[in-house]
Amino acid sequence: MGASQTRSEHKYQDLADKTGFSLEQITNLHKRFQQLSGNEDTLSRQNLDNIPALANNPIRNQIIEAFFDKRNQHQDEVGSFNEIGFEQFLMVMSHFRPPTLKTTEEEKEALRKEKLRFLFNMHDTDNDGTITLVEYRKVVEELLSKSGAIEQETAKAIADAAMLEVASTNVPDMAPDDFYEGITFEHFEQILKGLEMESRMHIRFLDVDTTTMRCGKSTS
Amino acid sequence: MLSFNGLYRCDCLPDPAGICKSLPERGLLLLMVLVFLEGSVLPLGAASSPDVTHQANSDNHIVKEAGHNFTKKPFPVLSLDYHHIQAPFEISLWVLLASLMKLGFHLIPRLSGIVPESCLLIVVGLLVGGLIKLAGEQVPPVLDSRLFFLCLLPPIILDAGYFLPIRPFMENLGTILMFAVVGTLWNAFFVGGLLYAVCQIQPGNPSILHQLELLPCLLFGSIISAVDPVAVLAVFEEIHINELLHILVFGESLLNDAVTVVLYHLFEEYAGVGSVTVMDVFLGIISFLVVAVGGVLVGAIYGILAAFTSRFTSHTRVIEPLFVFVYSYMAYLSAEMFHLSGIMSLIACGAVMRPYVEANISHKSHTTIKYFLKMWSSVSETLIFIFLGVATVEGPHNWNWTFVTVTVILCLVARVIGVVGLTYVINKFRIVKLTTKDQFIVAYGGLRGAIAFSLGFLLNKDHFPLRDMFLTAIITVIFFTVFVQGMTIKPLVELLAVKKKQEAKRSINEEIHTQFLDHLLTGIEDICGHYGHHHWKDKLNRFNKKYVKKCLIAGERSKEPQLIAFYHKMEMKQAIELVESGGGVKLPSAMPSAVSMQNIQPKKLPPAKPAERALSNLPKGREEEIRKILRSNLQRTRQRLRSYNRHTLLADPYEDGLGDLLIKKQKMIELERKIKDMNNYLTVPAAPPDSPTMCRARLASDPQAYSMKPEPDSVPTIQVDLASPQSPDSVNLMDEFRRAEQQHEEDQGLMMKPPSGESGPKKPGEEDGSREHKLMRCLSDPGPSADEDEDEPFLP
Repeated sequence: MGASQTRSEHKYQDLADKTGFSLEQITNLHKRFQQLSGNEDTLSRQNLDNIPALANNPIRNQIIEAFFDKRNQHQDEVGSFNEIGFEQFLMVMSHFRPPTLKTTEEEKEALRKEKLRFLFNMHDTDNDGTITLVEYRKVVEELLSKSGAIEQETAKAIADAAMLEVASTNVPDMAPDDFYEGITFEHFEQILKGLEMESRMHIRFLDVDTTTMRCGKSTS
Repeated sequence: MLSFNGLYRCDCLPDPAGICKSLPERGLLLLMVLVFLEGSVLPLGAASSPDVTHQANSDNHIVKEAGHNFTKKPFPVLSLDYHHIQAPFEISLWVLLASLMKLGFHLIPRLSGIVPESCLLIVVGLLVGGLIKLAGEQVPPVLDSRLFFLCLLPPIILDAGYFLPIRPFMENLGTILMFAVVGTLWNAFFVGGLLYAVCQIQPGNPSILHQLELLPCLLFGSIISAVDPVAVLAVFEEIHINELLHILVFGESLLNDAVTVVLYHLFEEYAGVGSVTVMDVFLGIISFLVVAVGGVLVGAIYGILAAFTSRFTSHTRVIEPLFVFVYSYMAYLSAEMFHLSGIMSLIACGAVMRPYVEANISHKSHTTIKYFLKMWSSVSETLIFIFLGVATVEGPHNWNWTFVTVTVILCLVARVIGVVGLTYVINKFRIVKLTTKDQFIVAYGGLRGAIAFSLGFLLNKDHFPLRDMFLTAIITVIFFTVFVQGMTIKPLVELLAVKKKQEAKRSINEEIHTQFLDHLLTGIEDICGHYGHHHWKDKLNRFNKKYVKKCLIAGERSKEPQLIAFYHKMEMKQAIELVESGGGVKLPSAMPSAVSMQNIQPKKLPPAKPAERALSNLPKGREEEIRKILRSNLQRTRQRLRSYNRHTLLADPYEDGLGDLLIKKQKMIELERKIKDMNNYLTVPAAPPDSPTMCRARLASDPQAYSMKPEPDSVPTIQVDLASPQSPDSVNLMDEFRRAEQQHEEDQGLMMKPPSGESGPKKPGEEDGSREHKLMRCLSDPGPSADEDEDEPFLP
């Protein structure tokens, strides 16, 4: 008993160092992982699909896909998993950590790049390093998908306008016959500079376990 | 509303001392001075007190009448009757003075760069007050509390509330509330308590300070401790710091009104009695909740009423702005009636009604509301500072070195300790922590202003014998904060390299990603399993969309998702900018980007992915051909744009008899007629029914039967009526574009010879595109206005 406990703490310590979460946060997330996966070791897409609260989310497919995307594991692999373990789950979650008071400017820069990379990966579904017009159109359509009967034309127009804007700001002197292949990561960073991702793209990870605080309903 | 007659019959002299340099202004001032002199002669001649004036007036009348009976006077051809118009005349003169001062300051650029406007205005007020005193007149009680609270303050607060950036406000609500409530309480008790202690320990000379009891001290503390929204706005507007700090200090200044109201009434009530029991404290706390929540509720109710009313104003667009103003003012008055917090009520009203009203009213009404609010709030603010100066000159003063200096020092110390202490606690709960620099700015930005003075003025002299001393101290603190802190905050901000406000416009990419981020974070929260901030925001949004918008927004706009609304707004803004910058005939000089739609369209379609949705049902080869044709046309169009001449437009002999197009054309004509009837304020005639080409250009994005409105032919004006029930979504753009398209279409005779059906789905994209690409030229054009804030969507 004692031995296994110290072993699990070591394991978490590893994870804590890798992902930057605290031990309490990792414990909570582990409990949640167990809940979602039905007490198994791996999580499948089906498990995430079954979360009722996600049903209203227009981009749920993208979100679920992001968990299984190998690019988000920071190990230079491409493709996608069929199932993920707790470590991969945690890796994806670590993209949503906020900066602390002690984060230096360079660390903030790196944090922002990481978060932007995550977003970029979500849009760039074919992993060619650029977000093409078609992919961008898909993004806009998905965003508007839950808003009732939306005319496709408007979605397309919005995506086109956005793409045009990216092109105009990043490559202002294009000859009429040049073709703008797609939004590269640098351009993506450039256009979202104003949003200050490191301060916006985060959620609050609790040190206290709330999964048991809701009466009854299991969400796995 | 207010009775000016008899309040004061004095006049004010404008400041003629070489502030205005231009000749016409000098002439105007000279005229004003002459009128004043004349005006001042009459009252002086009549009497020297208000009642006697009236008496004298009536006496004169009687004498005149009596005279009539006895002797026949010659008929007065020209007579001067100042008293007839005295009150409105004086008010107008004050307003004119304020506006001229504002004008004058901006003519001297260096001065307005160093000294904030508020300081200059106070100085002007001092001068004016001094001049009045020199002239031997009695200075009018200009900061009379009724005038201040009922006339001068509401426009400023409404302006602030209507244009309040909701998202940062809500995100930081906890922090703001902590500063507003706990911070103000701390300030009040610290200052009041320590002041009492200091007064008591005055050794030796039994000065009047010994008379000061604890409760009046606490009352004084509560008056002096509230951060003033007018002063904060006036100073912070000029330093352009980042949004977070701005909203923190400003939000605090707005929300501490409830605390101030409760503390003020509590201590005023019991100052006479001399003691406060625990029961009273308990009741005070309850009162605070009632005041705050009640104020917000009253405001929200009026806001919803206003939003509901605006739903039905599509036929009477002219009075739309009036509803906004009247409902808001009534919200303020209703709250004041119950002694609830009027400021919070006004803020709530403006913030609640805005998203719905803006979806309902016409563009012109929106502009009207914006400019009226800015105008009134600007004039109010100017007047308030001038009056502060005037009231300072008048007094009544009772200078006491100890009291005043201790007050000033204590205020500063209390503020610093309060902010530092609170931030320590707040940072435990915030994710994005407040740094030391932030804390410094928040502490330094705690300016006091005219509200404190008015509250002090309101004190009853019988209950508070040391009222004059209080007023002097209040004025000193106000002067200190406004002058010293106001003047030095700008260089300090530069020195400390505090993050400034981002000047960049909100782009469509940012909007898309903000929304994307919202959904993403909500999704992650759901996966994590806890109901966080995003979860509740998402729920509120869905509730809003499902129920509230349906009730409060007219017609089709209620279903419009936010991204689309934003997109339309942006389109229109760019179109307006393009018109203002020369209408496309002369392209804006700062046009760094030559990118157009054709650069983006893929040269070859990407290999079809199984996950990808089929976006069009044209065969790929066909699509490519169409694109190629369009691209080459667009290129030629760009060059054409420079030599636009509307007289060369001819009806296109395009005769591919498209049956369905003709039917659509008939529908369009009917629609045009209907719309012409509706818009009867236009001075430009509606366009005649156009050639099929024009119709097609207009119907370009019409697979789902949008109906665009016809453009008047004569001038390149924009007439957009977003909320017209007839036109669900699409915004109409300018003449040039359609003409340019028409022109290029004529030139090629381009017509997609292909059979009608196919061109449908593809053309729209391209048409939009060509329009857009001309629009996009102006993306980098800084554009005339820097009003981003109002474009923030509600609950984004």
